[in-house]
Amino acid sequence: MINLPPEGWDALWLSLRVAGLSTLLSLPVALGVAVLLARGRFWGRGILNGLVHLPLVLPPVVTGYLLLIALGRTAPIGVFLEETFGLVLAFRWTGAVLAAAVMSFPLTVRAIWLALEAVEPGLEEAAATLGASPARVFATVTLPLIAPGVLAGAVIGFAKAMGEFGATITFVSNIPGETQTVPSAIYSFLQVPGGEATVWGLVALAVGVALGALLLAELLSRRVAARIAGRA
Amino acid sequence: MLRIELSHRFGDFALDVDITAGDGITMLFGPSGAGKSTIAKAVGGLLQTDQAYVQLGERVLADTSKLLWLKPHMRRIGYVFQEPRLFPHLSVRGNLLYGAGHDTDLARIADLLDIAPLLTRRPAGLSGGEAARVALGRALLSAPSLLILDEPLAALDARRKADILPYLERLRDHANVPMLYITHALDEVARLGSTLVLLQNGKVARSGSVKDVLSDPDAVPVLGPRMAGAMLEGHVVRHVDGLTELEVSGGLVWVPGTAGAVDTKIRLRVMAQDVIVGTQKPQGLSALNILPAKVVSLHRGDGPGALVVLQSGTDRLLARITQRSLDEMSLAPGDAVYGILKTVSVGPTDVFAGLD
Repeated sequence: MINLPPEGWDALWLSLRVAGLSTLLSLPVALGVAVLLARGRFWGRGILNGLVHLPLVLPPVVTGYLLLIALGRTAPIGVFLEETFGLVLAFRWTGAVLAAAVMSFPLTVRAIWLALEAVEPGLEEAAATLGASPARVFATVTLPLIAPGVLAGAVIGFAKAMGEFGATITFVSNIPGETQTVPSAIYSFLQVPGGEATVWGLVALAVGVALGALLLAELLSRRVAARIAGRA
Repeated sequence: MLRIELSHRFGDFALDVDITAGDGITMLFGPSGAGKSTIAKAVGGLLQTDQAYVQLGERVLADTSKLLWLKPHMRRIGYVFQEPRLFPHLSVRGNLLYGAGHDTDLARIADLLDIAPLLTRRPAGLSGGEAARVALGRALLSAPSLLILDEPLAALDARRKADILPYLERLRDHANVPMLYITHALDEVARLGSTLVLLQNGKVARSGSVKDVLSDPDAVPVLGPRMAGAMLEGHVVRHVDGLTELEVSGGLVWVPGTAGAVDTKIRLRVMAQDVIVGTQKPQGLSALNILPAKVVSLHRGDGPGALVVLQSGTDRLLARITQRSLDEMSLAPGDAVYGILKTVSVGPTDVFAGLD
């Protein structure tokens, strides 16, 4: 069995929680943005596209720093969130969720976008001629057809969230038990003499979670694809 | 009743039509680029034209002068595309009921189209012909006030096409929905249509009953000389020696095969190039079908050919002969002649009359 100090298990548990929550919360938003970008023709589409992709091209530390500037406890938005919802993000695990969500967002959006572009527009047109409103067309034709893409987007988003380091450490630091995720913990234990054993344990766990997620995704998307193609 | 007034411009193509369609099947026929599909899409709401007025019965579906343009899902127009466009993630039953809301008519439509045994199958497992029938059924079950068929047979090979045609005839006779049928195949026009609208370069070149337009010599330039020919209606008299005897208004005609039971109404397509004109009743000729007729008018074309319009009973026939023969025979309007039909193609109109 893998032998880890309590901080190691805490880090794993936190990473799973952060990645899971960030995936869950960002998926509906990513779906909406992907639909806007893939189908919408509106003013500001280019700006939205750029904003979504910014975390992909910026150094993660820069993204983390920008989050800190915008959402720190003295920044206007940070003050507003704390006073209105009692929500503090900077240096809290909730901030780690946000950082993970921002960093994985472009990957999730791109996966769903690709799936949307692969949907044959003729099918949506046919649904409309059968009397289905745009909302019903989306729910009953588009969404089932892009389900494998949404799933793939969720998995890649989850994996990215599990591995997110730069923005997280900048925005919420590396507090054991509060904001120390697996990558931060690996980084910390590397600084400690004799920490290699723990590092190896964490590395093994990180690899295990990543592989597990991939396998699960593969299995699910095969089943979904088979169902859609009418083979099951 | 369907009223369509459209004008649209893209690039150097200009569409400008004013069409009124009644019950039965209105065929929009024309070469590719004539604007047929643009009209179909505009009526269905899938393509917004520069100017449009579309009225179906009492309902105005589009009136661009009043900025009215109903979305496709508000129009209650069933649309059958060239490809079946079945939803791959739904069963055949799920596809059929997609626009239906309830399944009261499912059994009847499934029977009409012979798709009842397919209900639990997935679209991926259907043959092209089966998928085409499911697409037809799906559109019908959405209880449309109009059914648009946009070249529904163009993607099928000749055999599958022959498989689907009888079902289209069933729909025409039993579905009780007016249809707008887009095609560039004259055999479909002759076999299915009640009204024919000939389109050319974005304009209506000719319109009227299928019978009148097909035997109108002025329509021949649009149809093409090889496709020119009249459509006659008759009924089955008897079957002898693998042949079927039909009565048309001008006399009796034999066609090969067994074309429907006695008294079945039959449409005959008689191509102009398959009609020979004789001034005397021919003797010792292998052709079986000779109809007495009267010359109505003569039309010389640009080439060596000429068209002769013949009146046979209440029907009109077109004969395509050479100008040389025309001169040698010195034909003139009013002359009594004989139309000798070399071949006749047959499409039953209501072979399925006993189904209901």
